[in-house]
Amino acid sequence: MSAVIIARHARTPAERFKDAAWVAFIALLLGIPMVGLTTVDEGGALAVHTRFGMLGAFVGASFVGRFIFRWIMDQVRSRRAAKPAVVKVDRTPQAIKVIGWAVLGASIALPIVFSENRYVIDTATTVLIYVMLGWGLNVVVGLAGLLDLGYVAFYAVGAYTYALLFSHFGWTFWEALPVAGAMAATFGILLGYPILRLRGDYLAIVTLGFGEIIRVILVNWTELSNGPNGIGSIPRPTLFGLPFDRNPAEGTQSFATFFGLDFSGMHRIIFLYYLILVLALLTNVFVSRLRKLPVGRAWEALREDEIACKAMGMNVTNVKLSAFAIGAMLGGFAGVFFAARQGFISPESFTFTESATILAIVVLGGMGSQLGVVLAALVLVLLPELGRNFSEYRMLMFGAAMVLIMVWKPGGLLASREPTIRLNKAVTAGGEA
Amino acid sequence: MAYALQQLINGLTLGAVYGLIAIGYTMVYGIIGMINFAHGDIFMVSAFIAVTAFTLLAAFDITSLPLAITAVLITAIFFTSAYGWAVERMAYRPLRGSTRLAPLISAIGMSIFLQNMVQLTQGARVKPIPPVLEGGIELWRTADFTVQVSWTQIMIVLVTIVLMVAFTWLITQTAFGRQQRACEQDSTMTALLGINVDRTISATFMLGAALAAVAGVMVTVYYGVVDFFIGFVAGIKAFTAAVLGGIGSLPGAMLGGLIIGLIEAFWAAYLSPEYKDVATFAILILVLMFRPSGLLGRPEVEKV
Repeated sequence: MSAVIIARHARTPAERFKDAAWVAFIALLLGIPMVGLTTVDEGGALAVHTRFGMLGAFVGASFVGRFIFRWIMDQVRSRRAAKPAVVKVDRTPQAIKVIGWAVLGASIALPIVFSENRYVIDTATTVLIYVMLGWGLNVVVGLAGLLDLGYVAFYAVGAYTYALLFSHFGWTFWEALPVAGAMAATFGILLGYPILRLRGDYLAIVTLGFGEIIRVILVNWTELSNGPNGIGSIPRPTLFGLPFDRNPAEGTQSFATFFGLDFSGMHRIIFLYYLILVLALLTNVFVSRLRKLPVGRAWEALREDEIACKAMGMNVTNVKLSAFAIGAMLGGFAGVFFAARQGFISPESFTFTESATILAIVVLGGMGSQLGVVLAALVLVLLPELGRNFSEYRMLMFGAAMVLIMVWKPGGLLASREPTIRLNKAVTAGGEA
Repeated sequence: MAYALQQLINGLTLGAVYGLIAIGYTMVYGIIGMINFAHGDIFMVSAFIAVTAFTLLAAFDITSLPLAITAVLITAIFFTSAYGWAVERMAYRPLRGSTRLAPLISAIGMSIFLQNMVQLTQGARVKPIPPVLEGGIELWRTADFTVQVSWTQIMIVLVTIVLMVAFTWLITQTAFGRQQRACEQDSTMTALLGINVDRTISATFMLGAALAAVAGVMVTVYYGVVDFFIGFVAGIKAFTAAVLGGIGSLPGAMLGGLIIGLIEAFWAAYLSPEYKDVATFAILILVLMFRPSGLLGRPEVEKV
């Protein structure tokens, strides 16, 4: 046991060896039932197959990996100890501003650089959907401090509202967008009202339950949602009424003919990319402004100390409800975009894993940090994408990344728990002028 | 009436399994105040270990039933506890003392990792095993319905009762139990009194995993099939049970498990099987609205 506790003194090679051997032993223990043995279906009955070679490789890799990892960590630590302590100048706010503008510039330039690469733009669009969802959930989790494990429910409400409005009444994307947002916000209030007086973890489990309830209803209420088969042929958004089709309907012009361009499938992809970019940026501006309004300050105060808020005479329920409703509305908007982009939605897309991913983006980014959400969304969407040649390892890497990033930086990539607004600096505690 | 009695029996069996898993949630929550999201997947891992162990035993022609079940239980408890320990050591211990959300995210990541690891190493298909324990007792025969208790159901309830007794003894009477409860109340003070808090927390995780392992073996025997996704639903139900009973309370976890099991069985039998999960959560929401600290939980006093 003591071998695993991270010692602060320099380690002898023997100690390092012992430590790595201990890790290898644990790897062996964990590996025997999962890696070393497996059951295979042989003519209707299971038979046990052994994979001792693989088990050996796994244990060996754990040993070598641990040995090297510890050695590097020790090197880093001794070097850090040798350096004199420097007084750090906190340049974070300026740095964040610079990085933020750089990211914005890069995201505007991206389709121009990769105008022929459909894969890049598609992936970037996915990243942006998650960024928008992350910013929406950030209002609930990062600002108001309410742990919501069922955010995907509002995403689903938005997506299904658009799909149903289209299939029953023929509404277009732009007509459905505000209605879907309002619908999601209504769901947020309906759900929030009874449960918001619950404390942290109870709230988490109830929101999780709500997310599952919405999904189960979508699967089983076939008359409404077409069940697990989903709803298809949802129309793509248009640019002020200009569709991106090769052969537009009678009497309308398509985007390509209106501007006298040759038709290209890429136009639509790029348009969708810019559309979500604009939606996400609007979300960002909206949330950043809200943070400076009384309601935003109330959210932050609530996150820090609920009892103090009550003592100051704040209506805690209304403040929580507003955070919930606004978060839900933003999720609903993202849902409409998702439905329009995919052209097909089914309950499959709105599982708990989705909620967990969005929450992970908010927490990994550093709760409350807008830029952190962007970074975390980039990492969590792109990292598994790197391993897409071995697609079966995608989710495995995703889970491992969540654990590793959290252990490495428990406060998130960019932690910002600072209040958005401070009192003027001249007003100090002593009241000196 | 006969049909209702049968549902009562089925519900109690299911509830016993949920209760066993729920204890793992409630103990971990009690001692470090986090939702161990990976607990459901620990249960799933143990079900897979049970499948492998049963198949191995069959290959070696060990047919004595008590021997086989005991051997499988011991194997599953051993390896699953190792998983419980490792998960805590790798994903939660480095995060001790950080924000409340950090371990939760780490736990969700661990849950996704375990699910996909099992899917990769053991295959994505469902694994059926031949029936282990067949037959049962006919309790009551009416004109159109026979109430039956299978041996498996009797075994599940008996094992659960024995474990509950042993566990209550362990927590209330032994030195370890005292340390565990002390850490729950005030871990800093406990550490000052010379008790290794980290070790106690590790032991708590291993105990929770051991109970989940028993539940995993029981489910494997009861249903005869496992797949890599069973951990998620069972985990959520068990956590609901823990919250329902009052999180942190051991009898509460068992009671919550039984209630959830009964609700599920009766709802599926009389109303609609598709919406049984909705019923579970709806009842959870109702209970929490009127008794926010659960059925047996102590109301929490918030201090400034």
